Formats: sequence, structure tokens, C-alpha cells
Amino acid sequence: MSKSSKWVVAIVAVIVIIAIAVGLRKPKEEIAEVVPESLKAAMVTDVGGLGDESFNDAAYKGLKRAEEELGFEITVVESKKMDDYEPNLRSLGDQDTDISWAIGFLLTDAVDTVAPEYPDLKFGIIDSVVEQPNVASATFKEEEGSFLLGVIAAKMTETGTVGFVGGMEVPVIEHFDAGFHAGVRAANPDVKVLRGYTGKFDDPAKGKEVAIAQFNQGADIIFHASGACGLGVIEAAKEQGEGHWAMGVDSCQHHLAPENVMSCMMKRVDVAVFDITEKVKDDTFEPTHYVFGLAEDGVGPCDRTSEHVPEDVMDEVEKYKEMIINGEITVPSTYTELEAFTPPAA
Amino acid sequence: MANTDEELRNPSKPPFRISREQAIELVIPVVAVLLALLIGALLILFIGKSPLVAYGALLKGAFGSKRDIAEMLINVTPLIFTGLSVAFSFKCGLFNIGAEGQFIMGQIVAAWIGFSLTGLPTVIHMPLAFLSGVLAGALWAALPGYLKAKLGVHEVINTIMMNYIALYFSHYLVMGVLKEPGPIPQTPPVQAAARLWRILPGTRLHFGLILALGAVWLIYYLLFKTTLGYEIRAVGINPHAARYGGINVSKDIVIAMSISGALAGAAGAVQALGVQFRFLDLFGFVGYGFDGIAVALLGRNHPFGVLIAATLFGTLARGAITMQSIAKIPKQIIGIIQATIVIIVAADEVLRRFLKSRGAATQALVEAGEVEGDGN
Repeated sequence: MSKSSKWVVAIVAVIVIIAIAVGLRKPKEEIAEVVPESLKAAMVTDVGGLGDESFNDAAYKGLKRAEEELGFEITVVESKKMDDYEPNLRSLGDQDTDISWAIGFLLTDAVDTVAPEYPDLKFGIIDSVVEQPNVASATFKEEEGSFLLGVIAAKMTETGTVGFVGGMEVPVIEHFDAGFHAGVRAANPDVKVLRGYTGKFDDPAKGKEVAIAQFNQGADIIFHASGACGLGVIEAAKEQGEGHWAMGVDSCQHHLAPENVMSCMMKRVDVAVFDITEKVKDDTFEPTHYVFGLAEDGVGPCDRTSEHVPEDVMDEVEKYKEMIINGEITVPSTYTELEAFTPPAA
Repeated sequence: MANTDEELRNPSKPPFRISREQAIELVIPVVAVLLALLIGALLILFIGKSPLVAYGALLKGAFGSKRDIAEMLINVTPLIFTGLSVAFSFKCGLFNIGAEGQFIMGQIVAAWIGFSLTGLPTVIHMPLAFLSGVLAGALWAALPGYLKAKLGVHEVINTIMMNYIALYFSHYLVMGVLKEPGPIPQTPPVQAAARLWRILPGTRLHFGLILALGAVWLIYYLLFKTTLGYEIRAVGINPHAARYGGINVSKDIVIAMSISGALAGAAGAVQALGVQFRFLDLFGFVGYGFDGIAVALLGRNHPFGVLIAATLFGTLARGAITMQSIAKIPKQIIGIIQATIVIIVAADEVLRRFLKSRGAATQALVEAGEVEGDGN
């Protein structure tokens, strides 16, 4: 053995020793973590992952609440790529997780495959419907909430032009798009709506680019439904300063730019996750399809909307909300339905 | 090799011996991995978790049961292909960053052939769908290869751009002509006849692994045992010398890029036909192609090195899942470990000098014949 290779062996040995020493330092914590008897709830994110300030974070909020209020032991598994959905769900099944949440329609196939493998455990999926005896599905009427934001935008715009920034042109985003357009049209048919897509969900820079383009075209309020791209939309409004507004999505995004976020279209994924997780604890879990619309408080403008929006507009919003709930308005959820949509005489 | 002298002097030693240069080549990746794991351990400690539990979960996730091993190998399979893809282009002096785009094209074309044709027997449909994906990847890489060979357009720029074209083109297809009716942006499922065989009952492990291992051998044979491989390596080492030596450099560049793309396309094809059974809209790059660059780098651009590196990265990727679900460690830790490995291997010159300077003192002894050495 040459001296150099001895030397290498020495480095390796030192590394291994340090690694082991480091590893052995905290044995107590593991014991503390093992709390038997508590129910387990978990979620698998889609490729967007935590930290999107939006969809996945909203689900996490619901799960966190289940931990705090119901005593669930919670776990989050983020998916790096699509091929991970199935193994991620299985790894939760293997831990006897009482309810595993699949966040997003991308996980539809995975839930459909994995849920039957664990018939004694329960699964939930957001934004998609899986018909299995142990799966609860939760979908949202995004168009209803977006409609109300469209009303606010149409009433609040000073330039007569508002914008919509979508992520990718997929059906869920179409709901936001169509609903927002319909709301604007109902409240003020003369207001022009710009429509832009970022082509992705995970790129704030791209969101900012599209938003700035719309501001330059005269829009003063931009509603986004583009996941993490929306962070760029909000950033753009903040940068352009007074008179430029962003409207957030999924979670309340006011804190990102309190002076430039007018309202946020809450999609209460947290409510869905919490409510259905609670049913697991109460043993009232049903493998059915839950729909969260305005009537169920599953969608709608966030509580901080009134900070920037005057009361008369809020009253208007309330009026439309009632009309939607009692069926006087059926909000379009696709472009085709939007074409055919004629707002009722207000 | 200067070992001959010493062998004569000391015949009891075995004739096969690794020189210091070679030893350093082998040691660098190992040191990189260990250092990266150590840094990962410190980070895990920093976030208040136990590295032992975390790495235990990682190992359990990759080797804990039959299904864990199968899942690990499922992660390894596409990385072998994309690692080979990048390594092969490197051997020709080309940097194919486009493996990601070639992967996407291979995936969507394989899925398309897989679901659209009906009534074919497995022996025809499965290879047909697989090879369509391979061909799609090859063509997607041949274009930047041609531009490089004929017009001198740099392949790095080209292949990066081709990645975006592939991403959005696939989105266009899966939202349009190839879309399954319904709310989800995906193609219809691949016909049963086009699906790769599951080779381990009760798991998702598919025939793609065998194909990948075949590709390792094939690329090794092609590179080191054929005239074409010799030419490609000659172009990689010095294109001017190769041209002077009568090699058609332009032709070899196009061929090397096509083969590189074919391998990345194969990765996409096995994912479509062996794992997902359809093409789901991507929402951004999946990363197998980019991970392939890291795998090639760590594997020293050698087919067998790629195999080992892909196994390591596949193990980490699989382990990241169980680290999250059992040890509650964020998956980003695995990303950091992978990135650290890449940085250390990429900056190997630092490590090399370090190791060499330590060896400098022994150099004199080498010359005196007291210690074995490479004699360079």
C-alpha cells in the first residue's frame, strides 16, 4: 500500500468516524418522537411541492390544523417527479397512515392503483375524483370564487383593463379563467380582460414577465392562478407601486405585498383536508365525492379583501354570492360555457 | 507501464496493479460521495433530526424489502440510460445538455405508439413502441448534432433550446391531439401489449432494467471494441488530429449525438412503457436528463462507471422518499447531497492536486524503487 493510498484511507476513516459520532449524538429525540396510539395523517404533494404559498401549502395548513386540534401525527412527502407518486403513497401505506392525502389531480392514477392495496387505510384526493371504497375525493368550484374576484376587479379598475395570468392551460386553471372573465362581464361588460399564460407553475420570474407585460398594456388589476409563478405577479405589482394590484390564489397571499394585493381567491384546500381528516377521527369517513363551492365556504375572496375594497363593492360581491348560491347564476367553468354565458340583469 | 521493472525485482506480487493516477481517479468519486453524505449529515443535524435515523431510513427505503429494491432499481433504470447518453456524447467531445428534451420526446412518442396502435401482439408492439421512443430521442439530438457538425453552432446552446421546445411541444400534444378525454392532461393508457414486462412479481420492476444493462454493455462494446467507437473517442480527444488522421469528424459528431439522443429517448420510453403507462403533462422538466449529466460526471464517462453512479443516484432518489415519510427529512437534503457530489467531482482538480501534493513526497521514494508507482 502506497503512502498516498494510506492517506486516503485515513481521510475516509476520519469522515466515517465523524459521521458516526455526529449520528450518535441525538438518540433522545427518537424516543420522544414515538408516540403510539395517535392517529396518523399524511400528504403527498404534487411536483410543485411545499413553499408554493398556494395549493400545497394550503393542504399543509389543513394537515397542520389536524395535528394541533385533533392530535394527528402528520407527515409530508414531497414528490420530485411524477414517477414518485405511487411509491410515495405506498411508503405512507406501509407506515399504516390512517389517512393519506394526494394533493392534486396529477396523483389520480397513483391513488387509484395504491388505495386498493391498503383496503384498511383511507385516502383522500384533491381536485380529482377516484372511485374506490376507501378514497374520499374533494373538488372545488374554482369558477364560483373567481367570479367574485372578477366582480371586484371590474368594480375597482380605474383603467378599464384587468388581467388574468394562468399557469398552464389545463382544465383546473380554465375554471379560474372562465369564472373570472364571467365575473368581470357580469359586473361591467365594458372592462377589457387581458389573458396570459406562463406555461408553467414553478417559475416566479416568468409570472413577473407576463404581469409586467399586462401592466404595460394598461391593466391595473391582475388575477393569477399560476402556483408559484404568481409570486412573480405579486412582485410585479409591488414593484410598479401604487395603483397596481395583484389578486392572489389558493391561500391568502396578502402578506406578500400588503399594499398591492387586493384580494385572494381562497381555495380552501385546508378546509377540505381538515374536515375529511376529522371524519377519520370521528369514524364518519365516507368514500364519496365532496364538492366545495361558495355554498360550502370552500372558495371565495379572502378575509383581508375589505382592507382595500370599499363596502359598496363588498355588498355587490355579497349579492352575486347569494345569486350563485341560490342558483340564479350558473358560473361557466370552461371557455365554451363562457362563450354562452350571459350575465343576469343586475 | 513502468511496473515491469518492479515485477522483475519482486515477482511474488500479483501482476495486476493500479497506478496512483488510476487510484486517484477511483478515489475522487468515493471521497466525493462520503464528503457529501457527511455534509448531508451535518445539515440533518442542523435541522434537529438524527442523521443515523435519516440514513437508516434511506437504506431501508432502497434495500429494506423486495419492493424497496425494486423501486430503487426503477429509479436507477432511466438514470443508466441518460447517464450513458451524456457520457457517450462527452466521449466525442460534445456536451449534450439536451438529454432532458430527448427524454421527453422518447417518452411521449413511445406513449403515443403504445396507446394508438391496437391489436398488435406483444412481441411486435412492445419493441415497436420502445424503438419509436429511441428513434424520437435520436432525431431530437441529431438536429443539434447536424447544426454543430455543419455550421459549428455550439451544441450546448442548441440542446438547451431543444429542451424547451420538447417540453412545450409535448405540452401542446398532450393538451391537444394526444389528450385523453376528461379533465386530466394526459394521453390514454398504453395498450397492454406495448407495456414492458414486469420482471419481479408484486413490484413495478420492469424489463427496462434489463434493457438498460444491455445498453451499458452495448455502449462499452461500441466505444472500446469497434472502429466507430475508436473514431468517436479520437474526435473527442482532439478533433483536429482526428481529421488529420482521416476521420470524418462531421459524420462522427452527428452519429455520436444521435446515439446519445437514442439513449436518452430510451430512458423516456421505459418510463412511459414500464412505469407510468401513459404520458402525463410534465409541468416542467422531470430532471432525468439533467441528473444524467451528474451521473456521467460521477461515472467518469465510462459505461461501467455510469452504471455505478446511476445506482448511487437512484438509491438516493428512492431513499429520499422514505427519508421523508419515516424520518421526516425534507427531500431537499437529498438534492443537496447530490449537488455536493457533483461539485466535488466537477472540481476534482482541487482534490487531485491535494492528493498529488501529498504524494509528492513519495515521488522520490518511487524513483528510488522503494514504493510502487505509476512512473509517469
